[in-house]
Amino acid sequence: MGKRIGNQTLAMTTPVPVAGFAAVAGKKEGQGPLTFDYVAPDATFGEKTWEKAESKMQRDALDRAMAKAGVSEKELELLCAGDLINQCIASAFGTRGREVSFLGLYGACSTMAEGLGLAACMIDGGFASCTAAVTSSHFCSAERQYRFPLEYGGQRTPTAQWTVTGAGAAVLKANFPHAPCITHVTFGQIVDFGIRDANNMGAAMAPAAHQTLTALFADTGTEPADYDLILTGDLAAVGKNILIDLFASDGVTLAGRYDDCGCMIFDGAAQDTHAGGSGCGCGASVLCCHVLNGMRQGQWKRVIFAGTGALMSPVSSQQGESIPSVCHAVVLEYTG
Amino acid sequence: MIDKKNYQAFADAHAPKSKIWKNLLFAFLIGGAICTVGQGVLSFWKSAGLDTEAAGSATSASMVFLGALFTGLGLYDRLAKYGGAGTLVPITGFANAIVSAALEFKSEGYVLGMSAKMFTIAGPVLVFGISFSVVYGLILRLFGG
Repeated sequence: MGKRIGNQTLAMTTPVPVAGFAAVAGKKEGQGPLTFDYVAPDATFGEKTWEKAESKMQRDALDRAMAKAGVSEKELELLCAGDLINQCIASAFGTRGREVSFLGLYGACSTMAEGLGLAACMIDGGFASCTAAVTSSHFCSAERQYRFPLEYGGQRTPTAQWTVTGAGAAVLKANFPHAPCITHVTFGQIVDFGIRDANNMGAAMAPAAHQTLTALFADTGTEPADYDLILTGDLAAVGKNILIDLFASDGVTLAGRYDDCGCMIFDGAAQDTHAGGSGCGCGASVLCCHVLNGMRQGQWKRVIFAGTGALMSPVSSQQGESIPSVCHAVVLEYTG
Repeated sequence: MIDKKNYQAFADAHAPKSKIWKNLLFAFLIGGAICTVGQGVLSFWKSAGLDTEAAGSATSASMVFLGALFTGLGLYDRLAKYGGAGTLVPITGFANAIVSAALEFKSEGYVLGMSAKMFTIAGPVLVFGISFSVVYGLILRLFGG
Protein backbone atom coordinates (compact mmCIF):
# COMPACT_ATOMS: atom_id res chain seq x y z
CA MET A 1 0.00 0.00 0.00
CA GLY A 2 3.04 2.25 -0.35
CA LYS A 3 1.47 4.15 -3.18
CA ARG A 4 -1.44 5.42 -1.14
CA ILE A 5 -0.71 8.64 0.74
CA GLY A 6 -3.00 10.31 3.20
CA ASN A 7 -6.71 9.58 3.04
CA GLN A 8 -7.51 9.59 -0.62
CA THR A 9 -4.48 10.19 -2.81
CA LEU A 10 -2.51 7.72 -4.88
CA ALA A 11 1.07 8.67 -5.68
CA MET A 12 2.56 7.14 -8.82
CA THR A 13 5.90 5.47 -8.09
CA THR A 14 6.97 6.43 -11.59
CA PRO A 15 5.09 9.35 -13.11
CA VAL A 16 2.95 8.11 -15.99
CA PRO A 17 3.54 9.93 -19.31
CA VAL A 18 0.66 11.26 -21.39
CA ALA A 19 2.18 10.24 -24.71
CA GLY A 20 -0.53 11.58 -26.98
CA PHE A 21 -3.68 13.61 -26.62
CA ALA A 22 -6.31 15.06 -28.90
CA ALA A 23 -9.63 16.84 -28.76
CA VAL A 24 -12.40 17.21 -31.28
CA ALA A 25 -15.31 19.58 -30.92
CA GLY A 26 -18.51 20.81 -32.47
CA LYS A 27 -19.07 23.98 -34.45
CA LYS A 28 -20.17 26.14 -31.52
CA GLU A 29 -17.16 25.11 -29.43
CA GLY A 30 -14.93 25.82 -32.44
CA GLN A 31 -16.29 29.37 -32.49
CA GLY A 32 -15.21 29.84 -28.87
CA PRO A 33 -11.86 31.10 -27.63
CA LEU A 34 -10.04 27.72 -27.68
CA THR A 35 -8.62 25.67 -30.52
CA PHE A 36 -9.06 21.91 -31.04
CA ASP A 37 -7.48 19.24 -33.22
CA TYR A 38 -10.64 19.04 -35.27
CA VAL A 39 -13.79 21.11 -35.37
CA ALA A 40 -16.80 19.59 -37.13
CA PRO A 41 -18.68 21.80 -39.60
CA ASP A 42 -21.97 20.87 -37.92
CA ALA A 43 -23.30 18.94 -34.91
CA THR A 44 -24.05 15.74 -36.86
CA PHE A 45 -20.42 14.79 -37.62
CA GLY A 46 -21.89 13.32 -40.81
CA GLU A 47 -24.07 10.84 -38.91
CA LYS A 48 -27.82 10.23 -38.80
CA THR A 49 -28.36 10.35 -35.04
CA TRP A 50 -26.83 12.41 -32.26
CA GLU A 51 -25.72 9.22 -30.51
CA LYS A 52 -23.83 8.07 -33.59
CA ALA A 53 -22.30 11.52 -33.90
CA GLU A 54 -21.02 11.29 -30.33
CA SER A 55 -19.56 7.81 -30.87
CA LYS A 56 -17.81 9.01 -33.99
CA MET A 57 -16.42 12.01 -32.15
CA GLN A 58 -15.05 9.77 -29.40
CA ARG A 59 -13.53 7.35 -31.88
CA ASP A 60 -11.96 10.17 -33.84
CA ALA A 61 -10.44 11.76 -30.72
CA LEU A 62 -8.82 8.47 -29.71
CA ASP A 63 -7.54 7.79 -33.24
CA ARG A 64 -5.90 11.21 -33.27
CA ALA A 65 -4.40 10.77 -29.80
CA MET A 66 -2.99 7.35 -30.77
CA ALA A 67 -1.52 8.77 -33.97
CA LYS A 68 0.13 11.62 -32.06
CA ALA A 69 1.57 9.15 -29.55
CA GLY A 70 2.74 6.88 -32.35
CA VAL A 71 0.78 4.03 -30.77
CA SER A 72 -1.08 1.43 -32.82
CA GLU A 73 -4.35 -0.14 -31.72
CA LYS A 74 -2.50 -3.40 -31.03
CA GLU A 75 -0.22 -1.70 -28.53
CA LEU A 76 -3.16 -0.23 -26.63
CA GLU A 77 -3.93 -2.62 -23.77
CA LEU A 78 -6.78 -0.92 -21.97
CA LEU A 79 -9.28 1.78 -22.75
CA CYS A 80 -11.21 3.68 -20.07
CA ALA A 81 -14.12 5.41 -21.79
CA GLY A 82 -17.22 7.23 -20.68
CA ASP A 83 -20.00 9.57 -21.75
CA LEU A 84 -23.35 10.91 -20.56
CA ILE A 85 -25.79 8.89 -22.63
CA ASN A 86 -27.83 6.20 -20.83
CA GLN A 87 -25.86 2.95 -20.49
CA CYS A 88 -22.77 4.75 -21.86
CA ILE A 89 -23.58 3.80 -25.43
CA ALA A 90 -21.43 6.50 -27.03
CA SER A 91 -18.38 4.83 -25.49
CA ALA A 92 -19.38 1.24 -26.19
CA PHE A 93 -20.45 1.96 -29.77
CA GLY A 94 -17.49 4.24 -30.35
CA THR A 95 -15.13 1.45 -29.26
CA ARG A 96 -16.98 -1.32 -31.11
CA GLY A 97 -14.61 -2.91 -33.60
CA ARG A 98 -11.45 -2.08 -31.68
CA GLU A 99 -9.54 -5.02 -30.26
CA VAL A 100 -8.77 -3.51 -26.90
CA SER A 101 -9.84 -4.26 -23.31
CA PHE A 102 -12.63 -1.85 -22.48
CA LEU A 103 -13.76 -0.30 -19.21
CA GLY A 104 -16.94 1.72 -19.60
CA LEU A 105 -17.13 4.37 -16.90
CA TYR A 106 -19.82 6.67 -15.60
CA GLY A 107 -18.81 9.56 -13.41
CA ALA A 108 -20.97 12.12 -15.23
CA CYS A 109 -18.73 15.05 -16.14
CA SER A 110 -15.91 13.81 -13.88
CA THR A 111 -15.33 10.78 -16.11
CA MET A 112 -12.22 12.08 -17.88
CA ALA A 113 -10.37 12.50 -14.59
CA GLU A 114 -11.70 9.14 -13.39
CA GLY A 115 -10.55 7.42 -16.59
CA LEU A 116 -7.17 9.14 -16.62
CA GLY A 117 -6.64 8.17 -12.98
CA LEU A 118 -7.54 4.53 -13.58
CA ALA A 119 -5.48 4.35 -16.77
CA ALA A 120 -2.48 5.79 -14.93
CA CYS A 121 -2.90 3.36 -12.00
CA MET A 122 -2.98 0.42 -14.41
CA ILE A 123 0.39 1.46 -15.82
CA ASP A 124 2.01 2.33 -12.50
CA GLY A 125 0.69 -0.91 -11.05
CA GLY A 126 2.40 -2.81 -13.83
CA PHE A 127 -0.82 -4.18 -15.28
CA ALA A 128 -0.35 -2.48 -18.62
CA SER A 129 2.22 -0.44 -20.46
CA CYS A 130 -0.11 1.48 -22.73
CA THR A 131 -3.60 2.64 -21.78
CA ALA A 132 -5.97 5.40 -22.81
CA ALA A 133 -8.82 7.47 -21.47
CA VAL A 134 -11.48 9.03 -23.63
CA THR A 135 -14.76 10.79 -22.88
CA SER A 136 -17.32 12.70 -24.84
CA SER A 137 -20.52 14.66 -24.54
CA HIS A 138 -22.86 16.04 -27.17
CA PHE A 139 -25.25 18.93 -26.64
CA CYS A 140 -28.02 17.31 -28.67
CA SER A 141 -27.80 13.82 -27.14
CA ALA A 142 -27.66 15.31 -23.64
CA GLU A 143 -30.58 17.69 -24.17
CA ARG A 144 -32.95 14.96 -25.31
CA GLN A 145 -31.97 12.74 -22.39
CA TYR A 146 -31.79 15.22 -19.53
CA ARG A 147 -33.99 18.09 -20.65
CA PHE A 148 -36.24 18.86 -23.60
CA PRO A 149 -36.37 18.21 -27.35
CA LEU A 150 -34.07 20.58 -29.23
CA GLU A 151 -36.86 22.51 -30.94
CA TYR A 152 -38.94 22.86 -27.78
CA GLY A 153 -39.41 26.51 -26.90
CA GLY A 154 -38.25 27.12 -23.38
CA GLN A 155 -36.13 29.56 -21.43
CA ARG A 156 -32.94 28.55 -19.65
CA THR A 157 -32.18 29.92 -16.22
CA PRO A 158 -29.07 32.08 -15.71
CA THR A 159 -27.41 29.27 -13.72
CA ALA A 160 -28.00 26.68 -16.46
CA GLN A 161 -25.01 25.31 -18.33
CA TRP A 162 -24.51 24.40 -21.97
CA THR A 163 -23.44 20.80 -22.65
CA VAL A 164 -20.25 20.84 -24.69
CA THR A 165 -20.19 18.92 -27.97
CA GLY A 166 -16.71 17.52 -27.82
CA ALA A 167 -14.45 14.62 -26.98
CA GLY A 168 -10.98 14.37 -25.58
CA ALA A 169 -8.62 11.42 -25.55
CA ALA A 170 -5.29 10.83 -23.83
CA VAL A 171 -2.95 7.91 -24.47
CA LEU A 172 -0.70 6.95 -21.57
CA LYS A 173 2.48 5.02 -22.23
CA ALA A 174 5.17 3.92 -19.80
CA ASN A 175 8.65 5.38 -20.34
CA PHE A 176 7.51 7.79 -23.05
CA PRO A 177 10.02 10.69 -23.07
CA HIS A 178 9.32 14.44 -23.00
CA ALA A 179 5.66 14.23 -22.09
CA PRO A 180 3.47 15.69 -19.36
CA CYS A 181 3.23 13.01 -16.64
CA ILE A 182 0.56 12.02 -14.14
CA THR A 183 2.10 12.06 -10.67
CA HIS A 184 -0.89 11.82 -8.33
CA VAL A 185 -4.51 10.78 -8.50
CA THR A 186 -7.18 11.60 -5.92
CA PHE A 187 -10.40 9.70 -6.42
CA GLY A 188 -13.23 11.68 -4.89
CA GLN A 189 -16.05 10.84 -2.53
CA ILE A 190 -19.72 11.45 -3.13
CA VAL A 191 -20.63 14.82 -1.69
CA ASP A 192 -24.19 16.11 -1.49
CA PHE A 193 -24.89 19.50 0.05
CA GLY A 194 -28.58 19.38 -0.73
CA ILE A 195 -28.86 21.31 -4.01
CA ARG A 196 -31.92 20.07 -5.93
CA ASP A 197 -31.92 22.36 -8.93
CA ALA A 198 -30.66 20.39 -11.95
CA ASN A 199 -30.24 23.74 -13.68
CA ASN A 200 -27.61 24.73 -11.13
CA MET A 201 -25.09 21.90 -11.34
CA GLY A 202 -22.17 24.19 -10.61
CA ALA A 203 -23.53 24.83 -7.12
CA ALA A 204 -24.19 21.11 -6.63
CA MET A 205 -20.66 20.09 -7.66
CA ALA A 206 -18.58 22.82 -6.01
CA PRO A 207 -18.55 21.15 -2.55
CA ALA A 208 -17.29 17.91 -4.14
CA ALA A 209 -14.46 19.81 -5.82
CA HIS A 210 -13.69 21.49 -2.51
CA GLN A 211 -13.58 18.15 -0.68
CA THR A 212 -11.32 16.42 -3.23
CA LEU A 213 -8.93 19.34 -3.67
CA THR A 214 -8.69 19.81 0.10
CA ALA A 215 -7.86 16.11 0.44
CA LEU A 216 -5.29 16.34 -2.35
CA PHE A 217 -3.55 19.31 -0.74
CA ALA A 218 -3.56 17.63 2.69
CA ASP A 219 -2.44 14.20 1.40
CA THR A 220 0.43 15.59 -0.64
CA GLY A 221 1.42 18.34 1.79
CA THR A 222 0.97 20.96 -0.90
CA GLU A 223 -1.02 24.17 -1.23
CA PRO A 224 -2.52 25.96 -4.24
CA ALA A 225 0.63 28.07 -4.67
CA ASP A 226 2.57 24.86 -5.48
CA TYR A 227 0.61 24.51 -8.73
CA ASP A 228 0.71 26.66 -11.84
CA LEU A 229 -2.85 25.85 -12.78
CA ILE A 230 -5.73 24.33 -10.88
CA LEU A 231 -8.47 23.39 -13.26
CA THR A 232 -11.96 22.14 -12.49
CA GLY A 233 -13.97 20.32 -15.15
CA ASP A 234 -17.28 22.12 -15.48
CA LEU A 235 -18.28 24.13 -12.44
CA ALA A 236 -18.88 27.07 -14.82
CA ALA A 237 -19.28 30.64 -13.60
CA VAL A 238 -21.57 29.95 -10.63
CA GLY A 239 -19.70 26.91 -9.29
CA LYS A 240 -16.31 28.50 -9.90
CA ASN A 241 -17.14 31.48 -7.71
CA ILE A 242 -18.62 29.19 -5.06
CA LEU A 243 -15.43 27.09 -5.00
CA ILE A 244 -13.24 30.19 -4.68
CA ASP A 245 -15.39 31.34 -1.75
CA LEU A 246 -15.48 27.87 -0.14
CA PHE A 247 -11.67 27.88 -0.11
CA ALA A 248 -11.66 31.51 1.06
CA SER A 249 -13.77 30.49 4.06
CA ASP A 250 -10.99 28.00 4.90
CA GLY A 251 -8.44 30.79 4.59
CA VAL A 252 -7.05 29.34 1.35
CA THR A 253 -6.72 31.46 -1.76
CA LEU A 254 -6.91 30.04 -5.26
CA ALA A 255 -6.41 33.45 -6.84
CA GLY A 256 -4.56 33.73 -10.10
CA ARG A 257 -4.01 30.03 -10.60
CA TYR A 258 -7.52 28.66 -10.71
CA ASP A 259 -9.81 28.32 -13.70
CA ASP A 260 -12.67 26.15 -14.88
CA CYS A 261 -12.97 24.42 -18.27
CA GLY A 262 -16.66 25.38 -18.44
CA CYS A 263 -15.69 29.05 -18.22
CA MET A 264 -12.82 28.71 -20.71
CA ILE A 265 -14.48 26.85 -23.56
CA PHE A 266 -17.14 29.42 -24.47
CA ASP A 267 -17.31 33.16 -24.66
CA GLY A 268 -20.31 33.26 -22.33
CA ALA A 269 -21.60 36.70 -23.30
CA ALA A 270 -21.21 36.32 -27.06
CA GLN A 271 -22.25 32.66 -27.28
CA ASP A 272 -25.18 32.84 -24.87
CA THR A 273 -24.13 29.81 -22.86
CA HIS A 274 -25.40 31.23 -19.54
CA ALA A 275 -23.16 29.94 -16.69
CA GLY A 276 -20.82 28.14 -19.12
CA GLY A 277 -19.99 24.73 -20.54
CA SER A 278 -20.61 21.32 -19.01
CA GLY A 279 -20.40 17.65 -19.90
CA CYS A 280 -17.64 15.05 -19.92
CA GLY A 281 -16.55 16.45 -23.25
CA CYS A 282 -15.99 19.84 -21.63
CA GLY A 283 -13.11 18.99 -19.30
CA ALA A 284 -11.76 16.36 -21.70
CA SER A 285 -11.58 18.61 -24.75
CA VAL A 286 -10.08 21.55 -22.84
CA LEU A 287 -7.50 19.29 -21.14
CA CYS A 288 -6.54 17.34 -24.25
CA CYS A 289 -5.81 20.37 -26.35
CA HIS A 290 -5.42 23.68 -24.61
CA VAL A 291 -3.98 22.50 -21.30
CA LEU A 292 -1.69 19.64 -22.33
CA ASN A 293 -0.42 21.66 -25.30
CA GLY A 294 0.20 24.59 -22.95
CA MET A 295 2.16 22.31 -20.62
CA ARG A 296 4.29 21.08 -23.48
CA GLN A 297 4.99 24.66 -24.50
CA GLY A 298 6.11 25.46 -20.98
CA GLN A 299 3.12 27.62 -20.05
CA TRP A 300 2.38 25.53 -16.95
CA LYS A 301 4.63 23.01 -15.19
CA ARG A 302 2.36 21.55 -12.57
CA VAL A 303 -1.37 21.29 -13.11
CA ILE A 304 -4.31 19.81 -11.21
CA PHE A 305 -7.12 18.60 -13.45
CA ALA A 306 -10.18 18.06 -11.28
CA GLY A 307 -13.14 16.63 -13.17
CA THR A 308 -16.48 17.37 -11.53
CA GLY A 309 -19.60 15.27 -11.96
CA ALA A 310 -23.23 15.81 -10.94
CA LEU A 311 -24.58 12.31 -10.45
CA MET A 312 -28.29 12.90 -10.82
CA SER A 313 -30.63 11.53 -13.46
CA PRO A 314 -33.95 12.87 -14.75
CA VAL A 315 -35.64 10.19 -12.59
CA SER A 316 -33.92 11.26 -9.37
CA SER A 317 -34.62 14.94 -10.12
CA GLN A 318 -38.32 14.24 -10.73
CA GLN A 319 -38.45 12.27 -7.50
CA GLY A 320 -37.23 15.35 -5.67
CA GLU A 321 -33.77 14.05 -4.76
CA SER A 322 -30.85 16.37 -4.23
CA ILE A 323 -27.80 16.06 -6.46
CA PRO A 324 -24.90 13.87 -5.27
CA SER A 325 -21.65 15.00 -6.83
CA VAL A 326 -18.13 13.71 -7.20
CA CYS A 327 -14.78 15.18 -8.16
CA HIS A 328 -11.70 13.23 -9.19
CA ALA A 329 -8.35 15.00 -9.41
CA VAL A 330 -5.24 14.17 -11.41
CA VAL A 331 -1.93 15.97 -10.95
CA LEU A 332 0.10 16.49 -14.10
CA GLU A 333 3.72 17.60 -14.30
CA TYR A 334 5.89 18.52 -17.23
CA THR A 335 9.59 18.81 -16.71
CA GLY A 336 10.61 18.93 -20.37
CA MET B 1 -17.39 27.60 7.84
CA ILE B 2 -19.80 26.62 5.11
CA ASP B 3 -21.58 23.36 5.84
CA LYS B 4 -24.60 21.50 4.57
CA LYS B 5 -27.02 23.56 6.65
CA ASN B 6 -26.11 26.98 5.35
CA TYR B 7 -25.00 25.91 1.88
CA GLN B 8 -28.29 26.51 0.05
CA ALA B 9 -28.31 30.16 1.11
CA PHE B 10 -24.60 30.45 0.28
CA ALA B 11 -25.20 28.97 -3.19
CA ASP B 12 -28.26 31.16 -3.79
CA ALA B 13 -26.17 34.23 -3.06
CA HIS B 14 -23.84 33.18 -5.89
CA ALA B 15 -26.56 32.53 -8.44
CA PRO B 16 -27.37 35.31 -10.90
CA LYS B 17 -31.05 36.20 -10.89
CA SER B 18 -33.39 35.97 -13.85
CA LYS B 19 -34.14 39.32 -15.45
CA ILE B 20 -37.76 39.14 -14.47
CA TRP B 21 -38.99 42.55 -15.69
CA LYS B 22 -37.36 42.11 -19.08
CA ASN B 23 -38.80 38.58 -19.30
CA LEU B 24 -42.28 39.86 -18.39
CA LEU B 25 -42.12 42.62 -20.98
CA PHE B 26 -40.98 40.25 -23.74
CA ALA B 27 -43.61 37.68 -22.75
CA PHE B 28 -46.27 40.41 -22.99
CA LEU B 29 -45.05 41.72 -26.34
CA ILE B 30 -44.38 38.39 -28.06
CA GLY B 31 -47.40 36.63 -26.53
CA GLY B 32 -49.51 39.66 -27.49
CA ALA B 33 -48.13 39.59 -31.03
CA ILE B 34 -49.06 35.90 -31.40
CA CYS B 35 -52.59 36.66 -30.16
CA THR B 36 -52.84 39.60 -32.57
CA VAL B 37 -51.93 37.27 -35.41
CA GLY B 38 -54.64 34.92 -34.10
CA GLN B 39 -57.14 37.78 -34.15
CA GLY B 40 -56.15 38.55 -37.73
CA VAL B 41 -56.65 34.91 -38.69
CA LEU B 42 -60.06 34.90 -37.02
CA SER B 43 -61.10 37.98 -38.97
CA PHE B 44 -59.88 36.33 -42.15
CA TRP B 45 -61.98 33.20 -41.59
CA LYS B 46 -65.02 35.31 -40.70
CA SER B 47 -64.62 37.40 -43.82
CA ALA B 48 -64.32 34.15 -45.77
CA GLY B 49 -67.86 33.41 -44.71
CA LEU B 50 -67.51 31.15 -41.66
CA ASP B 51 -69.84 31.73 -38.71
CA THR B 52 -68.33 32.70 -35.33
CA GLU B 53 -68.03 29.16 -33.98
CA ALA B 54 -66.57 27.69 -37.15
CA ALA B 55 -64.19 30.63 -37.53
CA GLY B 56 -62.94 30.04 -33.95
CA SER B 57 -62.22 26.39 -34.67
CA ALA B 58 -60.56 27.26 -37.97
CA THR B 59 -58.41 29.84 -36.16
CA SER B 60 -57.27 27.28 -33.57
CA ALA B 61 -56.37 24.86 -36.35
CA SER B 62 -54.55 27.59 -38.27
CA MET B 63 -52.54 28.68 -35.21
CA VAL B 64 -51.60 25.08 -34.40
CA PHE B 65 -50.45 24.72 -37.99
CA LEU B 66 -48.35 27.88 -37.74
CA GLY B 67 -46.84 26.76 -34.41
CA ALA B 68 -45.95 23.40 -35.93
CA LEU B 69 -44.53 25.02 -39.06
CA PHE B 70 -42.32 27.42 -37.13
CA THR B 71 -41.15 24.57 -34.91
CA GLY B 72 -40.23 22.53 -37.97
CA LEU B 73 -38.36 25.48 -39.43
CA GLY B 74 -36.36 25.72 -36.20
CA LEU B 75 -37.66 29.22 -35.44
CA TYR B 76 -40.14 28.69 -32.60
CA ASP B 77 -37.52 27.82 -29.99
CA ARG B 78 -35.54 30.92 -30.93
CA LEU B 79 -38.62 33.07 -30.46
CA ALA B 80 -39.40 31.27 -27.18
CA LYS B 81 -35.95 32.11 -25.82
CA TYR B 82 -37.20 35.69 -25.58
CA GLY B 83 -40.94 35.10 -25.40
CA GLY B 84 -40.98 32.64 -22.48
CA ALA B 85 -44.54 32.29 -21.24
CA GLY B 86 -45.63 34.48 -24.15
CA THR B 87 -44.84 31.64 -26.55
CA LEU B 88 -45.73 28.84 -24.12
CA VAL B 89 -49.29 29.82 -23.23
CA PRO B 90 -50.94 30.40 -26.66
CA ILE B 91 -52.07 27.32 -28.61
CA THR B 92 -48.91 27.66 -30.75
CA GLY B 93 -46.92 26.60 -27.67
CA PHE B 94 -48.98 23.44 -27.44
CA ALA B 95 -48.19 22.69 -31.08
CA ASN B 96 -44.50 23.32 -30.38
CA ALA B 97 -44.48 20.91 -27.43
CA ILE B 98 -45.89 18.11 -29.61
CA VAL B 99 -43.99 18.76 -32.82
CA SER B 100 -40.60 19.28 -31.12
CA ALA B 101 -40.94 15.93 -29.34
CA ALA B 102 -42.07 14.23 -32.57
CA LEU B 103 -39.03 15.59 -34.43
CA GLU B 104 -36.64 14.72 -31.62
CA PHE B 105 -37.66 11.11 -31.14
CA LYS B 106 -38.17 10.21 -34.81
CA SER B 107 -34.74 8.54 -34.64
CA GLU B 108 -36.26 5.82 -32.41
CA GLY B 109 -38.83 4.89 -35.04
CA TYR B 110 -42.30 6.11 -36.04
CA VAL B 111 -44.24 3.99 -33.53
CA LEU B 112 -42.27 3.79 -30.28
CA GLY B 113 -40.25 6.93 -30.99
CA MET B 114 -42.16 9.67 -32.74
CA SER B 115 -45.74 8.67 -31.94
CA ALA B 116 -45.24 7.45 -28.39
CA LYS B 117 -43.02 10.31 -27.29
CA MET B 118 -44.98 13.01 -29.11
CA PHE B 119 -46.93 13.56 -25.90
CA THR B 120 -44.14 13.50 -23.33
CA ILE B 121 -44.45 17.25 -22.77
CA ALA B 122 -47.96 17.97 -23.98
CA GLY B 123 -49.48 14.83 -22.45
CA PRO B 124 -50.35 16.42 -19.09
CA VAL B 125 -52.20 19.22 -20.91
CA LEU B 126 -54.40 16.62 -22.57
CA VAL B 127 -54.90 14.56 -19.41
CA PHE B 128 -55.96 17.53 -17.29
CA GLY B 129 -57.76 19.29 -20.14
CA ILE B 130 -59.93 16.26 -20.93
CA SER B 131 -60.46 15.32 -17.26
CA PHE B 132 -61.62 18.79 -16.29
CA SER B 133 -63.83 19.13 -19.36
CA VAL B 134 -65.64 15.97 -18.20
CA VAL B 135 -66.04 17.44 -14.70
CA TYR B 136 -67.31 20.76 -16.08
CA GLY B 137 -69.65 18.89 -18.41
CA LEU B 138 -71.13 16.97 -15.47
CA ILE B 139 -71.57 20.16 -13.44
CA LEU B 140 -73.23 21.85 -16.38
CA ARG B 141 -75.55 18.88 -16.92
CA LEU B 142 -76.54 18.70 -13.26
CA PHE B 143 -76.90 22.37 -12.41
CA GLY B 144 -76.91 24.16 -15.73
CA GLY B 145 -79.81 25.25 -17.85
